[in-house]
Amino acid sequence: MAGSGTAHMRNTVDSVLTVRDLTVEFRVGKNKTVKAVSGLSLDVVKGETLAIVGESGCGKTTLARAILQLPPPNSGEVIFDGTDMTLLPKENLRSARTSMQMIFQDPISSLNPRMTVHQLIDEPLEIWDRGTRAERDERINKLLFSVGLEPDLVLNRRSYEFSGGQCQRISIARALALDPRMLICDEPVSALDVSIQAQILNLLLFMKETYGLTMLFISHDLAVVKAISTRVMVMYLGKICEVAPPDVLYSQPAHHYTRALLNSVPIPDPTKQIRTELLQGEPPSPMNPPSGCRFRTRCVGASALCAEQEPQLREVSPGQFVACHHPIV
Amino acid sequence: MSSLLSIKNMSVNFDTPRGSLEAVRGVDIEIPAGMSVGVVGESGSGKTVMCRAAMGLLQGSTVNRTGTVIFDGNELTAMSKEQVRELFGSGMAMIFQDPLTALNPVRRIGAQVSEGLRIRLGMSKSDAMARSKELLELVRIPNAAAVLKSFPYQLSGGMRQRVMIAIAIACNPKLLFADEPTTALDVTVQAQILQLLRELREDLKMSMVLVTHDLGVVAGNTDYVAVMYAGEVVEYAPTKKLFADMRMPYTEALLDSIPRVDHKSGTRLSVIAGRLPDPTNRPAGCGFAPRCKYAQDKCTTDHPELKTDPDGHIYRCWFPIGEAL
Repeated sequence: MAGSGTAHMRNTVDSVLTVRDLTVEFRVGKNKTVKAVSGLSLDVVKGETLAIVGESGCGKTTLARAILQLPPPNSGEVIFDGTDMTLLPKENLRSARTSMQMIFQDPISSLNPRMTVHQLIDEPLEIWDRGTRAERDERINKLLFSVGLEPDLVLNRRSYEFSGGQCQRISIARALALDPRMLICDEPVSALDVSIQAQILNLLLFMKETYGLTMLFISHDLAVVKAISTRVMVMYLGKICEVAPPDVLYSQPAHHYTRALLNSVPIPDPTKQIRTELLQGEPPSPMNPPSGCRFRTRCVGASALCAEQEPQLREVSPGQFVACHHPIV
Repeated sequence: MSSLLSIKNMSVNFDTPRGSLEAVRGVDIEIPAGMSVGVVGESGSGKTVMCRAAMGLLQGSTVNRTGTVIFDGNELTAMSKEQVRELFGSGMAMIFQDPLTALNPVRRIGAQVSEGLRIRLGMSKSDAMARSKELLELVRIPNAAAVLKSFPYQLSGGMRQRVMIAIAIACNPKLLFADEPTTALDVTVQAQILQLLRELREDLKMSMVLVTHDLGVVAGNTDYVAVMYAGEVVEYAPTKKLFADMRMPYTEALLDSIPRVDHKSGTRLSVIAGRLPDPTNRPAGCGFAPRCKYAQDKCTTDHPELKTDPDGHIYRCWFPIGEAL
């Protein structure tokens, strides 16, 4: 929703996560509110990888954290495995979170530098009292092995002794320790080199298959998203622009913002350089978002209607939903 | 073609508690006047150290630099620190990866942009401030007058990088070192900054060394590419030639590992297994051999020489792509 709507919701019984009308706002100073996420709905079906793409400040991370109730949203429902997380008392929420784990952008600062790898991965198992000491050790070894680390070499070392890519592997092992059903990855490869990026993306694909995970994958890089997702949602200033399967979204984007994002991705081929109109300027302040369609101030296709009326999500081709008054045909 | 910057057989070693760390070894590179040269490689391949050493920015008792650097007819390696410094701003300038740490957090943008103008060009305070406003407009900062009075923390990442560019081009440098100028930025802002650099280069007739780990950025923004691995330049060619006819297995592996929007979704990416060799203990053979799918016995024992094709394409490999084994 650079507009609003729920046309893209599938409402099937297979939904692992359903978010309805989620709103997150932060008070800043007197009488000022940052509208980070505004009335957003989404659902994630079992085994799916939903990618959320958008520029810095579009509310991607806030959305992910609101799903985990970190902090809880101002309004809306977050139904995970049939339970509305927003209504759970604190203690039940903690146990519900064990099956929904998160991986963060900066792998080095998200691991406690004073803990050994063994302690890092054992911590969740110990807190939730999963098995005996020997069983837990066996589980730790198995996890490390599956993320491509040699347990004997790494168990007694600490995070600062590892590279960014290795730390991200440790984070993945830790996130999977409690056998979650869902993994929320917040820009897990943005801080990594291209060659390491590919390793981590392949690892996530492999772990998804091995552990039957459902994933929410946040990134600002459409190229990264394409490699890993089964459905892509483009966000702008706290609302949805477009939702579509990746191959459709990349070959025939319907929203002007999606096309602009695609045109900004550098292509490693000097004969295929796109030199069309670039997206100018930066997103407006989320404290005072534009009326109507939130993207209209930077949109090449904007008309008077866009300022007056907020576009609703509608299906323009099978599985492709767009919130735009003048979609690209 | 005359070269503006020519680096000959440059090595940079750092003394560390673990022994001598060889960050750059035996690099030869020519930056032709008016051209843009991309320097590509993984983290730790020596890209940044090479640029900083070329400018003479690495100093101290633990740094050993050997080789020759000639810039615009001046042999930098034979000049004193003060003489080299005279060339900063009007001869060479640099922009950095993280514009927030590169800018002084407690000085206003106006003071930071006008500093070089006053010192290097001897402008009065008011003239320098007026020129600073023009420079901010040149790098397309909206509302330049207000930004002059702002502090860096009040600007977005993209705006800060524009300010860095304004500072760097203030005294019309002949050569701009851009060290990962867009790595910390969003894709949309990255595209804007790269477009700005292309236009400025054309308008100001400026050469550029663009350091990046992204072959995608190199493809659309450079005339030549130098690929670095383990402190060495392992391939050097005109950009179009390099992408059309790669000789170095490392360059190919690097290109294959990039996720691309023009490939089918769900494609498993090829990866470069393993890591860069330890810079304090370089292997005898080719540094890429343990990770290379084409490696032969010779690669692990003998260090490959630089080879030059008749068309000037340079590479460092015993068994280059496109040649029968």
